[in-house]
Parts: sequence; structure tokens; C-alpha cells
Amino acid sequence: MNLDWIPYLIGAVVGVPVVLVLYILGTDWVIRRLPDDLQPRARPWLWVGPALILVTGFLIYPTIATAWISLLSKDGTRFVGLSNFAQVLSDNSVLIAIRNNIYWLVFYTGLVLVFGVILAVMADRVPYEGPVKSLIFMPMAISFVAAGVIWRFMFSFQPPGAPQTGTLNAVWTSIFQQQPIAWLIDHRINNFALIFAAVWIWTGFAMVIISAALKGIPPELTEAARVDGATELQVFFRITVPLLAPTLTVIGTTLVIFALKAFDIVYVMTGGLYDTDVMARRMYGEMFNNLNFGTSAAIAMILLLAVIPVLVFNLRRFQVQEAIR
Amino acid sequence: MDSSRLGRVFSVAILVALLTAACGPTSSSSGGKHLDVIATWSGDEQKSFLAMVKPWEDQTGNKVDFESSRDVNALLTTRIQAGNPPDLAGLPGPGQMAQFAKAGKLVSLDSAVDMNAMNSQYGQNWVKLGTVNGKLVGIFIKASIKGLIYYDPKTITAAGVDFSSPPKTWDDMVAAYTTIRQKTNKTPWCIGVESGAASGWPGTDWVKDFFLRQAGPTKYEAWGAGQEPWNSPEMKTAWQSFGAVVNNPNLTYGGKNYVLSTNFGTAFDPMFQNPPGCYLHHQASFITSFFTHDFPSLQPNTDFNFFGFPDINSQYTGAQVVAGDLFGMFKDSAAARSLIKYLTTPDAQKIWVKRGGAISPNKQVTLDNYTDDQSKKAAQLLLAANPPEFDAGDLQDNALQTAFFGGIVQYIQNPSQLDSILNHLEQLRTSGA
Repeated sequence: MNLDWIPYLIGAVVGVPVVLVLYILGTDWVIRRLPDDLQPRARPWLWVGPALILVTGFLIYPTIATAWISLLSKDGTRFVGLSNFAQVLSDNSVLIAIRNNIYWLVFYTGLVLVFGVILAVMADRVPYEGPVKSLIFMPMAISFVAAGVIWRFMFSFQPPGAPQTGTLNAVWTSIFQQQPIAWLIDHRINNFALIFAAVWIWTGFAMVIISAALKGIPPELTEAARVDGATELQVFFRITVPLLAPTLTVIGTTLVIFALKAFDIVYVMTGGLYDTDVMARRMYGEMFNNLNFGTSAAIAMILLLAVIPVLVFNLRRFQVQEAIR
Repeated sequence: MDSSRLGRVFSVAILVALLTAACGPTSSSSGGKHLDVIATWSGDEQKSFLAMVKPWEDQTGNKVDFESSRDVNALLTTRIQAGNPPDLAGLPGPGQMAQFAKAGKLVSLDSAVDMNAMNSQYGQNWVKLGTVNGKLVGIFIKASIKGLIYYDPKTITAAGVDFSSPPKTWDDMVAAYTTIRQKTNKTPWCIGVESGAASGWPGTDWVKDFFLRQAGPTKYEAWGAGQEPWNSPEMKTAWQSFGAVVNNPNLTYGGKNYVLSTNFGTAFDPMFQNPPGCYLHHQASFITSFFTHDFPSLQPNTDFNFFGFPDINSQYTGAQVVAGDLFGMFKDSAAARSLIKYLTTPDAQKIWVKRGGAISPNKQVTLDNYTDDQSKKAAQLLLAANPPEFDAGDLQDNALQTAFFGGIVQYIQNPSQLDSILNHLEQLRTSGA
């Protein structure tokens, strides 16, 4: 057996802490030798220094480089201005990908939140809450790729008359006596089939967080409402939902970002064919199938621009929360 | 922390760091070099390749670390960009090979292989296809015949068709499948084009077969070289000839939903079921190993047989689409050179040939090396092909080939879009994509 990796492992396990300790001691040594009035000003910069270097190297530099590449020709040799963007945005298949991203944005985010709230509220009222929540949470432990493979089997299609190997079509044809549906091919439903697979994964996550928020609502409030004669629905919409709003926003914005960068499920289940392409898959295709770095970077920039409002919104909200505290 | 304690911490830390460095990686003592090899082959094909390199490993003491990926293109691009290419790799096709070669990523094999042996043992076309700008950068380690039509001899007779003398022309073929349809009221053809990121390619094989036999080898070669418009009437006719079969739910098992959602590796399954769901399957010669994987009891000749795609225009009789698996070297080393050289030899190629599923492009691998009649027949077809025309899709660059695959999917999904699909492909070609 090849044991070459063992020294590397030892090096990593021992070396990383050693380097850390050396850095801490080293900065301390440097700071103590600085003039007294400089010390408090230098200290924070030296402490965040490594993080700054990493962020620059792994986030800021790649972003700027991508922006630059998006202005270059396919092979990166000529400056072509904004023509990559013009080409991308006039391409019908890209427009379909954008439309699909909007589907993802609306339906993925919406369904996860709605299912999450419903399940959390319902689980709250039954004695076997723990096991139910564990079961629903379980898909979170599965990677998107694995989930895509699983759902491909679920959605599998065989022609009418042949034994249906896909769970959904087996149920659909035997219990409801209907013609089998090509879930992943039929362009009227395939996007929703993909989104549903993603919803299946994330609903448990939303449910767990909403459930925790639910427990934080003081029972006096809902009881007082009930005493005042509010119906259960009124209590839910007038008391529970408003109090859950901050939690729902946090999950919602996370989901929006997820919807914009949706890739794995689409790549595994349809490869972006049959009108199910999304921007992130398309970016991959331009890069690795077409070797077109310019248009790929242009799509990356469009995605970045789409995410920025969500990021700004999130940051604003953090600031507001900090202010309240 | 007083300074003496600080000093002690320092010295311990330095000691540990030194120790770590001392027991750092040492060069492997076994002497053999590990070669990193990437290709698309998995399953039986992977086993055959490993069997093929085994004698070389035993002889040289080197080792092949084989990695299989269905998305070789992406893997190669990433690893080349990262400056960490594999030693050797199975290349997706001559088109991509040329791209890699022009970017200076492939090592010239002129001095690695025995060029005299190459020229005498391989057909001229095979060497030419591996050459970019006068330098040999790719070698073919196996070949396949495209566009064979497979059938089950037992069920085909019951369906009222006699293939003891195979259809000579496409008109005969149409007559045969019409008879099957009328006699059995079943769909004659099984077609499946799903193949992950490359979905659609089995359909492109149909189009190539039609185009070669309708428009002729000259136009076909121009097409492969990127000099033939995609929206020409001949091209449209070739697509429509394929469409006449694939878009007719009376002729194709399961209609478009089955065609689009079924992997090429299982599309033929209904042909061997009882009762059969279809009677004919169009695919390259490699497909037989998929037959026997799904139905281990199947025997060649008694349970499945094939004939070449029939001629269409009598002017171009004998033209045949062939394809092959290219291998190129990304990192130069003595071991990699020796492996490349070994892979071109008849001794190496015989191994895969004897295991089945491959035809050797090396003429010294004689017909008696083929263990079954079917591979022998395919090898004969390869030798008799006049002219053997390489897969025109594989000659295109990545973007165009991917678009060709995708165009087939789109066409099957929505045949009325044919004009816009072809115009889009033409636009890609002329924009020099």
C-alpha cells in the first residue's frame, strides 16, 4: 500500500498549529516593539492580516479577474468590450436559463418556506415531534448530486404499457390509471420536477429553524388571542407569522441565493437540456464544454449582479439588528 | 509571559517544525513510476483497457493509475488550466485534440512512437487524423464502426423480414421496417439519446450516416473540416431522414419521451424482451458489450446480429462512418513515452480485441484475432470501407459538437424548429466558435 500521504498528514496536523502559534507569538513580539501610541492601531490589522490576505486571494482577486475576462474574447487574447454580454443576453437559450432561474427563485424559495412553516406548526402540536422532524430533516444530509440521482430514479419514465420503473410513474399509472408522464422531458413540468427535488432537500432545514423560532414565541401571546376569541387561523396569520417574519427573511434570503446558484440538481438530472438550463449550469457549459472563457465570465458577472441586491438587503438587516441590540 | 518561557515555547515549536520536515515525503522506493491516465471508459471497457496495459506494467514495473470520467472534457480543461494535467488521456475526439495541440498542451509523439511502424501498420487516414500541424499528437488505440443496424435474428423472422441478405439500400430498409410495423403492429426501432452532458450524440450518428450516403464523401469531408454550411439543403435532408424515423411514434419505441429519457446504453432493452418492444437498433459496434451486460445469456449470431447502414445514393456505395479512441500525452516522461509506444503495437491492441468490444485500427491485428464472428464482421467492414470516413461530429470543436448534440435533442423534442436549429449551428460555424 502506498503510504506517502502519512508524512503530509503529520505535517498538516502538527504544522498548522505550529504556524498559528508562531504567527501569534510573532505578531505579539512585533507589536511590543512598536511605539506605545502605534500599538493599539497596529494590533487589529496584524490580527486580521491573514484573513485579509485570504479574502483578497480567494474572493476579491477572482472577482476582478472574472470581470476582466468577461471583457475578453473567447480565448482571452483580445479585448472585445461588452460584446460577450450582448451575445449572452441575445441568446435565446440564455433567456430560457434566466426564466428558469426566476422559476427557481419564486417556487423554490416559496415552497420551502411554505412547507417549512406548515410542517413546523404541525409538528409543534403532536407528541412525536422529534422523530417526525428528524425524518423530514434527513434529506439535508444528502448532497445535491446524490439527491439528483435519487430523483432521477423517482422520475424515471417508461412508455405506456411497459413496467414503470420510476416510483412516481408507477403510482401514477397503477393507482390513478393514467398515462405515464415524462417528468424530466415534458417542458411544461420538468422545471418544477427539478425544483421539487431541491425543495425536498431544504424543507427540513427551514422547518427546523422555523420550529426553533416558533418555540421562542411566548405562549401568553397566542393564549391571550385565543381568550379574546381569535380563531386558529387568525392566531396563525395575525400572531405567529408576524413574529416569525425575521426568521423567514433570513431563510428566504439564503434560499434566494441558493436558487440563483442552482447547479447540481440540473446538471445531474437533465444536464440543462429540454429547456431546464439555469445560469450556473450554462456558465459551466460555456467554460468546460465550449471552452469559451469570455461568455462564461460574462454569465458569472450577471449572476453576481443578480446576487448583490440580496447581499445588500442582508447586510442592511444585520445593521438594523445590531442597532436594536 | 516572561521572556524565558517565551523562549522555551519557541524552541519547542521550532523542534516540532524541524521534526515534521525531517519525516517529510521521501521519494517512492519501488522504482516504478505511477502514470496518471484519464479516459471515459468505465465498467467492462475499463477492465479491457487495464488488461491491455497489464503486460506493460509487468514488464516495466511502472503502474497506471486509471481515472474514469464521463465528463473528460471538463476534467481535462480544469486540470490543464490548473497546471496539473494527467500523463496520458483518452481524448474526446480529433476536434478537441486539435484544440489542445494548438494550445501547446499536447506533447508531440513523433519521437515517442516508431513512425515507420505507424505508417506501415495503420491506414493512412488514422495517422493523418492524429496529426496536427505536421506533428503526431494522438494515436488510435481502438476503432469502431458507426451506424451498424442490430437485430435479433429470432424475432426478426417472426416479424416477417428476412435479413439473411441484408438490405442493400435505404429503400429496402424502409420496406423492411414497414413490413415489421404492419405485421406486428409494434414499433420497429429502439432509439435512446440520453447520455448525460453529451445527450443527443446517438442521433448525430444517424445524421452522419444519412449525410455521408446522400451527399457523398466529398461534402462529408468538407463538413468535418468545418467548410460545409449547416443549413444547406443536403444537411436538412439528412436531419429530416432521421426525423422520419425518430419523430414517428409508430416507428420508434415509446415515442419522443422514451427516446429523450433513455440512456443509449439501455435503449435497446425492449428488443430483447419477450415479447419484443422493437426489432431494430442503430448503434456503433461497441454496443454489443452493453447487450451482454444487460442480458448476459445473449449469444452473438443466434441472439443478435447486424449489418452495415445501407447505401442511399448508388454513386457513393461503400462509404462508411468510422470512429476511434484517441490517446494523447500531456506530460512528457520516459514512462509515458514507453506506454504510448506500447499502446500502438499490435500485441497490445490484440488484448482488447480478444476481450471483445473493440476493433483494432492496426492492420497487423489480423482477422483471426477476433474471437467472435461479429467483431470479425465489423473488422471486415472497417477494412472494406470505401472510403472510411471519420466521425464528422468528433472532428468539430467542442462548442459546435455540443451544439450538434443539443440540436438533436431539441429536434426530437420539437421537430418544427429544425430550421432555427440548423441556422444556429451555422451561426456557430461561421462565427468561428
